[in-house]
Amino acid sequence: MIKALNDALDVMLARDPDVLIFGEDVGYFGGVFRVTDKLQAKHGLTRCFDAPISEGGIVATAIGMGAYGLRPVVEIQFADYILPAYDQIVSEASRLRYRSNGEFIAPLTIRSPYGGGIYGGQTHSQSPEAIFAHVTGVKTVIPSTPYDAKGLLIAAIECNDPVIFLEPKRLYNGPFDGHHDRPVTTWAGHPGASVPEGHYTVPLGKASVVREGADVTVLAYGTMVHVSAAAIEESGVDAELIDLRSIVPLDIETIMASVRKTGRCIVVHEASRFGGFGGELAALVQERCFYHLESPVERVAGWDTPYPHAFEWDYFPGPARVGAALRKIVGVCA
Amino acid sequence: MKPRSRLVLHVPVPPSRPGDKPDFSGLKVPEAGSVRRPKCDVAEGEIRDLPYALIRVLDDEAHAQGPWNPKLSADVLRRGLKAMLLTRAFDERLFQVQRQGKTSFYMKSTGEEAISVASSMALGARDMCFPTYRFLGWLMARAHPLAPLINQIFSNAEDPLKGRQLPILFSARDYGFYSLSGNVGSRFGHAVGWAMASAYKGDDRIAMGVIGEGTTAEGDFHEALTFASVYRAPVVLAVTNNQWAISSFSGIAGAEATTFAAKALAYGVPGLRVDGNDFLAVWAAIRWAAERARLNCGATLIEFFTYRAEGHSTSDDPTKYRPKEEAGAWPLGDPVERLKKHLVNLGEWDDARHDALIAELKEEVRAAVKEGERTGVLGASKPSVKEMFEEVFEEPDWRLIEQRREFGV
Repeated sequence: MIKALNDALDVMLARDPDVLIFGEDVGYFGGVFRVTDKLQAKHGLTRCFDAPISEGGIVATAIGMGAYGLRPVVEIQFADYILPAYDQIVSEASRLRYRSNGEFIAPLTIRSPYGGGIYGGQTHSQSPEAIFAHVTGVKTVIPSTPYDAKGLLIAAIECNDPVIFLEPKRLYNGPFDGHHDRPVTTWAGHPGASVPEGHYTVPLGKASVVREGADVTVLAYGTMVHVSAAAIEESGVDAELIDLRSIVPLDIETIMASVRKTGRCIVVHEASRFGGFGGELAALVQERCFYHLESPVERVAGWDTPYPHAFEWDYFPGPARVGAALRKIVGVCA
Repeated sequence: MKPRSRLVLHVPVPPSRPGDKPDFSGLKVPEAGSVRRPKCDVAEGEIRDLPYALIRVLDDEAHAQGPWNPKLSADVLRRGLKAMLLTRAFDERLFQVQRQGKTSFYMKSTGEEAISVASSMALGARDMCFPTYRFLGWLMARAHPLAPLINQIFSNAEDPLKGRQLPILFSARDYGFYSLSGNVGSRFGHAVGWAMASAYKGDDRIAMGVIGEGTTAEGDFHEALTFASVYRAPVVLAVTNNQWAISSFSGIAGAEATTFAAKALAYGVPGLRVDGNDFLAVWAAIRWAAERARLNCGATLIEFFTYRAEGHSTSDDPTKYRPKEEAGAWPLGDPVERLKKHLVNLGEWDDARHDALIAELKEEVRAAVKEGERTGVLGASKPSVKEMFEEVFEEPDWRLIEQRREFGV
């Protein structure tokens, strides 16, 4: 996925002189996860450069550049560090178009590695997507495969609205089904890892049906798409798995069509449960599919604790917990 | 071993409060013309005394003195005076309009008009200002029509911002005036980013960022200065030190310890401290910093030393926290009176013309307000409620479409 993201940035730097990249360690070094590797050498110092350790300053600067007419792509080194920029995202980027009646816009993309599964402890593991979904005026995108990562990132850069682009860091080097005790797998051979050269987009707001099924709909994004796929496989439940790909805009049509077909719904996310985006999904499903539902919507999520270091796999909603929810909702005893 | 003294928590208090005599004895005002004017491409290391000086051109008798005198023509001075008087006339009228219940809120820039007007005139038509809400003079100096401003203040059907913004939080891109927000300081870094973008594109436009002295305590101020310094952004960064942040005197923002211009020192950016009530000094400082920026020498931080002669907004009563007579006792005087007197000294102006101009501008504002009232005051007229749902995104998503339908518009 790192290669696909790097490729997306490379394509856009080559295509559009108004695209530029900056962030902590993204220049000469190429980023702590190597997503901007070699881009400075290839495209020049002013196209991809290092920024001070100042997330608020990075996003404020990018908004000013966007108001001028550029299309900045900034990296926040870990989503856990994005909070100093939250005021800029909430009070400025998300409202600039609205409050100026379109005189000024903020067409910036804020990339940030997010999520757990890498023994990153409290400060390198969090999933803060819900706090962006709640802010109207910004879009929030979360890819789960290299193909989607490239196409969604290009779509995000070309979008005239601010986009938060959260990259599941446990997926950077391979799909991860949550079985942390098994050997690490790479993207080689995975169907979502075939990435075309050059420019293509995956539209924001279009979910993908990863697996069709009849008995229950599983809504997931990011790493949890792979965890859910494994859980479905292992539980033997005939579940339909939907990868939302972006939570704003949300593909409500695909969700509704699936739940009305299956009559059951499980929402899976890595972020803690209370106030998480799963609550919104559950509410939408019951508002729109109530008469099709045969059981309450289930949520499988991180516990409502800070992300703990030693208890990573106790916290992480892995295939066992997703599987238990699947069996529960279709009425199979564990 | 020496006995240790007990620790004491220091909480700054202003020299005078309501009922006290105004006390500006702590304020040292140097002679006009006494501060040297280095070349605008001077190394920052050679001018580290300037953040503690006070650049003044107009002396107490309103004669222009010293090397910072920009030697402007009488026509330019009269244009500046007219824009300042128009700003004041507009403020007075619209403040009354709020008191009459015709709008929700208003903020005046009384006493600070020289800063916005001289900045607006000294910078280029294609430069961009990232203003505070006390920068109406920028628009007046660029002859922004009054009607859209009044319609915005009334949030009426003709409001260019479609009823989405609090009164006076204007946006006027074509006049080099960036979208305002009620969050103070959060656009200071946008000025730096905009300036960096201009440099990135090899353009010749520069930006001006404005922030109040109270807001220099926000992280935004320091982040913006860091970026401006690191990337040598072609930006003029201004602190309007009007002594008061609502009810908190400048000591609460750190003025007891140092000057606001001196904040520049840590960033290796030139810092100038300027008499903000002196139209000529403001003009000269802005031009110096603008030329420096256009020479790729980077940003300058300018503290404009001024006084907020009225309340913070229509929502506070300044006599509750400072002596009523304080504004009148301000040692640097009133910017309008000083420029007027200067023009009179030059033989280019007189009381009769001055009074006639004030009468003319009052009438212009009165007529514009009437026109706005004909469209409708706040509540009596408003843009289509559909506008509430527009411009959230470039294209509305299903939520906005559905909610608009649910609301029945």
